[in-house]
Amino acid sequence: MQTNHGAPVTAQGPTPEEVQARRLYRELGLTDDEYDRVVAALGRLPNFLEAGLFGVLWSEHCSYKSSRVHLATFPTRGPQVLQGPGENAGVVDVGGGWAVAFKIESHNHPSAVEPYQGAATGVGGILRDVFTMGARPIALLNSLRFGDLSDEHTRYLFAQVVAGIGGYGNCIGVPTVGGETVFDPVYTRNPLVNAMCVGVLRADRIVRGVAAGTGNPVFVMGARTGRDGIHGATFASAQDPQAKERSAVQVGDPFFGKLLLEATLELLAEGRVVGVQDMGAAGLTSSAAEMASRAGGGMELFLERVPVREAGMTPYEIMLSESQERMLVVVERGGEAAARAVARKWGLDLAEIGRVTDDGCLRLWFHGEQVADVPVRALVDEAPRYQRPQQPPVQPPGAGVPLPPPEADLGEALLNLLSHPNLADKRWVYRQYDWSVRAATYVGPGADAAVVRLPDGSRGVAMSADGNGRYTYLNPRRGGAIAVAEAARNVVCAGGKPLALTNCLNFGNPEKPAVMYQLAEAIAGMSEACLALATPVVSGNVSLYNESGGMDIYPTPVVGMVGVVEDWAHVTPNAFRQAGSAVLLVGPEDPALDGSLYWQLRAGRAAGDAPSLDLTMERRVQDLVRSWIVEGRVRAAHDVSEGGLAVALAEMCIPMGMGVRAQVAAAPVADGVARAGWLFGEGQSRILVEVEQAAAAELLAAAAAAGVPARVLGSTGGDRLWLGDSTQAWLDIPLPRLADTWRKALPQRMRREEGEADAVS
Amino acid sequence: MKWAVIEFPGSNCDRDAVQAIAAVTGDVVDLVWHQEAALDPYDAIVLPGGFSYGDYLRCGAIARFSPALAGVRAAAAAGKLVLGICNGFQILTESGLLPGALLRNRQLQFRCEVAELEVVQPDSPFTALYQPGEVIRIPIAHGEGRYYAPPATLDELEQGGRVAFRYARDVNGSERRIAGVLNPRGNVLGLMPHPERAVFDWMGSIDGVRLFQSMRAFWQRQSVAAVSASGGSGQRGLG
Repeated sequence: MQTNHGAPVTAQGPTPEEVQARRLYRELGLTDDEYDRVVAALGRLPNFLEAGLFGVLWSEHCSYKSSRVHLATFPTRGPQVLQGPGENAGVVDVGGGWAVAFKIESHNHPSAVEPYQGAATGVGGILRDVFTMGARPIALLNSLRFGDLSDEHTRYLFAQVVAGIGGYGNCIGVPTVGGETVFDPVYTRNPLVNAMCVGVLRADRIVRGVAAGTGNPVFVMGARTGRDGIHGATFASAQDPQAKERSAVQVGDPFFGKLLLEATLELLAEGRVVGVQDMGAAGLTSSAAEMASRAGGGMELFLERVPVREAGMTPYEIMLSESQERMLVVVERGGEAAARAVARKWGLDLAEIGRVTDDGCLRLWFHGEQVADVPVRALVDEAPRYQRPQQPPVQPPGAGVPLPPPEADLGEALLNLLSHPNLADKRWVYRQYDWSVRAATYVGPGADAAVVRLPDGSRGVAMSADGNGRYTYLNPRRGGAIAVAEAARNVVCAGGKPLALTNCLNFGNPEKPAVMYQLAEAIAGMSEACLALATPVVSGNVSLYNESGGMDIYPTPVVGMVGVVEDWAHVTPNAFRQAGSAVLLVGPEDPALDGSLYWQLRAGRAAGDAPSLDLTMERRVQDLVRSWIVEGRVRAAHDVSEGGLAVALAEMCIPMGMGVRAQVAAAPVADGVARAGWLFGEGQSRILVEVEQAAAAELLAAAAAAGVPARVLGSTGGDRLWLGDSTQAWLDIPLPRLADTWRKALPQRMRREEGEADAVS
Repeated sequence: MKWAVIEFPGSNCDRDAVQAIAAVTGDVVDLVWHQEAALDPYDAIVLPGGFSYGDYLRCGAIARFSPALAGVRAAAAAGKLVLGICNGFQILTESGLLPGALLRNRQLQFRCEVAELEVVQPDSPFTALYQPGEVIRIPIAHGEGRYYAPPATLDELEQGGRVAFRYARDVNGSERRIAGVLNPRGNVLGLMPHPERAVFDWMGSIDGVRLFQSMRAFWQRQSVAAVSASGGSGQRGLG
């Protein structure tokens, strides 16, 4: 049954004319304009399946059509970069013949609807992106955002997301070593779940997702294709998570994922694989089109050969299924037997479903009938790119918010902050993650950055995931820059040299000019910081339409920074070690409360500008502290971030029960508001270091020579946190009280979810 | 001494065990695929941690049907040393080589932390280099590690000196805080904590080292005994 346009049609379903006349393409995610572009690209009307292929590949999720023009401005080059954006994951050289592949990705929308599976499949997907590069995953991190824990549904989401992350990562045997969890009412109905994976490979053994070599066979390996997750990609680009269907959420199987991981790495070691790609968002459609696009060729698939879970699946369903744990593999002609042997060993289906062609077309067959014939370029490279309108706010959103008078007792104020779930001990979270499997975790959760050993033990990889939606909301450009600066600073504090980053841009509805302005500005700010710190972007992901009920989330760029630890002696703890050490504050002193959690909690909303940041100074501070660490002069280092100097000092005291007496202001300060600023201001580019008392003067001179402000705040010792100025104590708290508040805050808030079971620990 | 670490589909601490044992003992440690039933060449067999077959039915319930388990049974019957760690412990209880069962943690959550263990039975092939009553630090990482057995069995274990390790603090609701148990002959040990994650200083504890060294010392004594008294079994189980 051929139409007069010569287009292939499916046996079932509407005709191309009906797709046009009844505007069925709208259900497939295409706008009227986009549909017209498809018709122009094909020179005929697309059939239902073809329109579906365009709909999913031109979705925001797959095409980045709203963000691409801005993403193109990221710095992506550097001598350390072996693979930049555009592949399954970025790859950087860490020396010694080793490289690391890494990427972060969002799974926000599925997690809002089905939190356990949404989070679990997010972990599974990012693992596959990394091992398809030929890298063995060595670490997982995550960045999570939820509403207020006083809300019952939020506690459910939080508990289930954590369980889902652990459920997948623990089973597949990749340690979850770090991350961040932030709570703010703006995320109540739209939580953020970003998962990052880091893998290791030999620098000369990178595998790319290319379908090259005309005539080479194309296989699908792994799970069977079912009806789950159809339209997951377009779902992620729709607006209201509450209205989203649970049936569009995929279900993960970490055991199968483990088999796929081992089989893929074994297959790649055989050397007969041309390219591999995870069948992630938009399933077979995106993996086939993208692999063909990268090779500049085409692909022909025979869909009846795809192993399916149930009878009667249509070509449309087979192409758009997002069933998990499937890979598309192109093998050299002649390598089929070796591939089959590996699949058999791991008990996996391996089905030859097509071949690589050289005519630039994605051609689909079903039981002898051609059901789609579409130019790959049109699907992938010619996807629309929108320069969407931007609108800066009339006045900055945090302007004019008054600061209520501070508490009479600033010690109570500090305890209040330490019991806020953003700042409280996250052990409740990470004790549910296996962070020591693989027996290579040198520094696990709870540090400024995690450190994991490479296989030969010669060096380590330091990694950190950081973002701050509040700062980016208040000042998108500076907030974006701070996300990069803070992630790099964390890697420096842990003893690493920052190399490159991956990012996940979680924003609202790009069709709103105010949101588009936030996105463009944040990307510009991130780019400035990338250049200043010489840490290019090598991979990333954009998640838009994070809104519900018309309310957008805070614009939340999350940065996953990776650095190298060249010598184990560089690994630096973030807690005070010894009594009698000098405590130095390195970096500019700024008592402003702009953007601080303190001000938000007092005022009931985000307030002021984003905290101050000078990128030239940031670089100097990081370089200076790193040079001290390399020289072996630093006993402990910790960056000053959310909660300010007082919280940072408390965090350094608690782990080892080592007290400190510190003058947070050098001169007397009488005013309560001013004191709160010195204690809780979140000005950037500051690092606290513990050093030998006798070395302090020399280090201060070195700082002055480097053009970096630095001051001795006091010294370690005793069992109290004493903070004040040169004449007076502002607060003086016994460490057990501090530790108790910090440790119990999160478990107490989650107790209702655990009931009696929590009695054990 | 020659060691085998059995790799099941879904094992994920197999390589960790190989590396730790090789580093601690300097011995040959082979990773052996679960389809291998002939384990005769090996002096000790380790069933590693992980999620064999996804642990979807019950932990270890499917792995016990692997061909390698025939080899494990034969080795245990011959008096060779068999060590089951975490999922390996679960496989040993499922296969009947050790009594009891491992249930979901009482918190109904996974637990990963460094646990303090009391060495209850220092006179076994696995624990001889620890001091009686010594408290050691070994990481745990499990969701289903709550040891359960009927009271009579628990009494029997205690009276027979077959409780090897006890958690110093209740971490998962295990009966009598039991962390590791021995078979009657003393040559099969199952424990939930991961000694292979406590063998280097940078791991935060090296208390796992002596477990593997104890096994090696036992094998050496056994070999010497076998040579000097040919025909004798050279067995020395629980003291």
